Amino acid sequence: MDGEELTAQETALYDRQIRVWGAGAQRRLSKSHVLVSGIKGTVAEFCKNIVLAGVGSVTLLDDRLVTAEAFNANFLILPDENAYLGKTVAEICCDSLKEFNPMVHVSVEKGDLSTHGIDFFKKFDVVVIGYSSRATKKAVNEKCRKLTKRVAFYTVDCRGSCGEIFVDLQNYNYTKKKLDETVECELTYPSFEEAVSVPWKPIPRRTAKLYFAMRVIELFEEAEGRKAGECSLSDLPKVSKLKKEICEGNSVSENHIPDSLLERLVAGNSEFPPACAIIGGILGQEVIKAISGKGEPLKNFFYFDAEDGKGVIEDISNKP
Amino acid sequence: MATQEQQSAIKGAKVLMVGAGGIGCELLKTLALSGFEDIHIIDMDTIEVSNLNRQFLFRRSHVGQSKAKVARDAVLRFRPHINISSYHANVKNPEFDADFFKQFDVVLNGLDNLDARRHVNRLCLAADIPLVESGTTGFLGQVTVHVKGKTECYECQTKPAPKTYPVCTITSTPTKFVHCIVWAKELLFAKLFGDKNQDNDLNVRPNNAASSSKEREDVFERAEDEDIEQYGRKIYDHVFGSNIEAALANEETWKNRRRPRPIYSKDILPESLTQQNGITQNCSVTDGDSMVSAMSSLGLKNPQELWGLTQNSLLFIEALKLFFAKRKKEIGHLTFDKDDQLAVEFVTAAANIRAESFGIPLHSLFEAKGIAGNIVHAVATTNAIIAGLIVIEAIKVLKKDANKYRMTYCLEHPSRKMLLMPVEPFEPNPACYVCSKTPLVLEINTQKSKLRDLVDRIVKAKLGMNLPLIMHGASLLYEVGDDLDDIMVANYNANLEKYLSELPSPVVNGSILTVEDLQQELSCKINVKHREEFDEEKEPEEMVLSGWTQSPATNGDNASTSNNENAIDVTESSSVAEIPTKKRRLSEFQPENHKKEIEKVESEDDDLMEIENPMVMSKKKKRV
Repeated sequence: MDGEELTAQETALYDRQIRVWGAGAQRRLSKSHVLVSGIKGTVAEFCKNIVLAGVGSVTLLDDRLVTAEAFNANFLILPDENAYLGKTVAEICCDSLKEFNPMVHVSVEKGDLSTHGIDFFKKFDVVVIGYSSRATKKAVNEKCRKLTKRVAFYTVDCRGSCGEIFVDLQNYNYTKKKLDETVECELTYPSFEEAVSVPWKPIPRRTAKLYFAMRVIELFEEAEGRKAGECSLSDLPKVSKLKKEICEGNSVSENHIPDSLLERLVAGNSEFPPACAIIGGILGQEVIKAISGKGEPLKNFFYFDAEDGKGVIEDISNKP
Repeated sequence: MATQEQQSAIKGAKVLMVGAGGIGCELLKTLALSGFEDIHIIDMDTIEVSNLNRQFLFRRSHVGQSKAKVARDAVLRFRPHINISSYHANVKNPEFDADFFKQFDVVLNGLDNLDARRHVNRLCLAADIPLVESGTTGFLGQVTVHVKGKTECYECQTKPAPKTYPVCTITSTPTKFVHCIVWAKELLFAKLFGDKNQDNDLNVRPNNAASSSKEREDVFERAEDEDIEQYGRKIYDHVFGSNIEAALANEETWKNRRRPRPIYSKDILPESLTQQNGITQNCSVTDGDSMVSAMSSLGLKNPQELWGLTQNSLLFIEALKLFFAKRKKEIGHLTFDKDDQLAVEFVTAAANIRAESFGIPLHSLFEAKGIAGNIVHAVATTNAIIAGLIVIEAIKVLKKDANKYRMTYCLEHPSRKMLLMPVEPFEPNPACYVCSKTPLVLEINTQKSKLRDLVDRIVKAKLGMNLPLIMHGASLLYEVGDDLDDIMVANYNANLEKYLSELPSPVVNGSILTVEDLQQELSCKINVKHREEFDEEKEPEEMVLSGWTQSPATNGDNASTSNNENAIDVTESSSVAEIPTKKRRLSEFQPENHKKEIEKVESEDDDLMEIENPMVMSKKKKRV
């Protein structure tokens, strides 16, 4: 297929998963390069999953200094002050991830997502942005889209027991099995900018409320000049007011987004570890699918809410 | 989400985890992160290289060590102040009795076999402790909640039966590669290297009385001074050549079937192999070394490569030679083991040669190993997702939030947009012999079946009892235990060899037996119906038990406990069940807080799934 064979060591280590996705997919995984930023609980779970799966390299970007708050749902940080003092989250997580699979090259890049130019992103096949502002997501997504090679772009957020994944694979071809036949399929994705500016009115009513609620919170944080996740229960009246305005602007009833949901999201500044495991698991699976070209990738949002237990895919794009 | 109430429920909880494997590693991590402070974990297994792609608490340097202990130590590194107790032991050991289970608030299963799942289910029922059960295969998984009296127990619904193949398909008319694997593993391998006293259907079915069975038996006996290669060629020619030729003589069989081609070694292999590559003699490996490999002595490197008839024939002879040259002591008591390289090589070669003969596509060693070893497909992501779902259910159980219990399916392809699909749990099944104590019916020939047959094939194999006791009225027919005196043991042993109708208290048509397992605290009644005739192909055990869930057959990682002698068993890894189509719901009312939300949102959004299209989850077993 790709001309190269897996080594005996790889075959032994990856035996059980090669039985799931095949040797060709495993080879493609081992040649892929993944950039990850914002390493909180869900992203830590995701990193563990792709390192175990055997991607070629993982590059970590997170200059926050490790504090006690950072352990919350992140098992990659050991609570040993002597070990983490003065180190960044990326550095500490890098050490832990290396141990999970010596065949994967894990490294740290300094700096902030927004300071890196287009050339920086060229090195990667997959870019995953955790817990970023609306503006940063937009900017990085645009940079990725300007490259001639396709970079698979993902954002992920977890607030309390809820989570959101956004996927942009641009134009994506994949194969799927249909009644023992392999069929070629093609998907066209909207950019992040396009996907979050779709007018609400035509969106089907059954669409996950989380899509709307997350947009409200995002816009609230942007308007207040806050970092992603920086809100609390005391912000609820303001958030609720903004919701009303946005709903009016979109000509939908403000009942479109229940206040109880917004309340859970603004209060959820500490992550709920089971939700992190679930969302990080789905994200890992999607990235593996995108790299291997096997199986239908999700388009273009995924939502999980531990309250009702549903994990839902929503396709939100401006349909021509 | 993390309310005060929830945090204190988590903090004060004492939980038992059974299994520290794929799901177990993820589960222990997520429990610790979620704030659980008193976790006990049981696992009898030790770590293997093929675990490391997903059991992320383990490293290469841990291979061979206890999973439970290494997992504990790894999690204590990032949560040093919690209490984790590990037990490197089988959950079926007598020390883990109902009293042991009673100390916990909830039991969480991350097991890989039906047998242990059933055992834990019974202990949870006996101890009245809620159980959260789980399973994964590839991208599929599920989590279910079992609370005595509130939701169904693990054994309320029939589990997918382990796949069995009619004997004649295996012995005479294979049409799929798996048939050739079963033949190579259960018949040929067992015949050559296993217990010589076991019944074996290796030869062509006795349609042709041409050659006496005695004559055939002798083929497999190797004379003391017989050259190993000559012996190997003799076996080869017998099973792939003359046996096929003999079968062809029976025209009736081939009327509507493709005729197989007899294959003889002289047509495939050169006159003498030893001169050609002289491997066996030069091999430096020591006797009994489990790393002995015919592949490496033949210079075959890639297990995923498809080898032709010649290479498989060379592999067959070489593997057979190596067994006699290097592992002679084990011959006579070997059983097939997927981790035994030489056994896998032999079975692959034999299955491929047979496949060639029957016009069935050949397979690589990697593929053949998966089929022969019933290897469960497994990835880290599904286990992580399932572990997260287990913790969510466990928290509901601790909060006694019974209206919110869900069973959740993790799907590979979305169904109604969902990848994670919650379903309201079912009520206990009133016909369940485990949790509702409904009597079973056994059809058996009471004059021709011995008590031993009943104990082995029904009480142990089908009812999954560990330490059974059998009573007929007030008369004790059989029991197992450490505290029995010699007279009783002698008495029970004598009973085992008696026909049912000739027991001290004769068991005949209409008799009601009481069968108990004191450890599982399970007791059930069996109504006996005498029956003279059984269908040899369909009912090879000559007993039919109704009102019972399928037999405990294990998959992959554990030793087989199936004592099916007549039917040939191939267990599919059936940890993931079907999405049920029935609507036997736990409650018909909407939980209070859902009501509120629904009113406000005027939404048609249904919080609970009702399955409309029966979706069979068993697509899982894709062959690679």
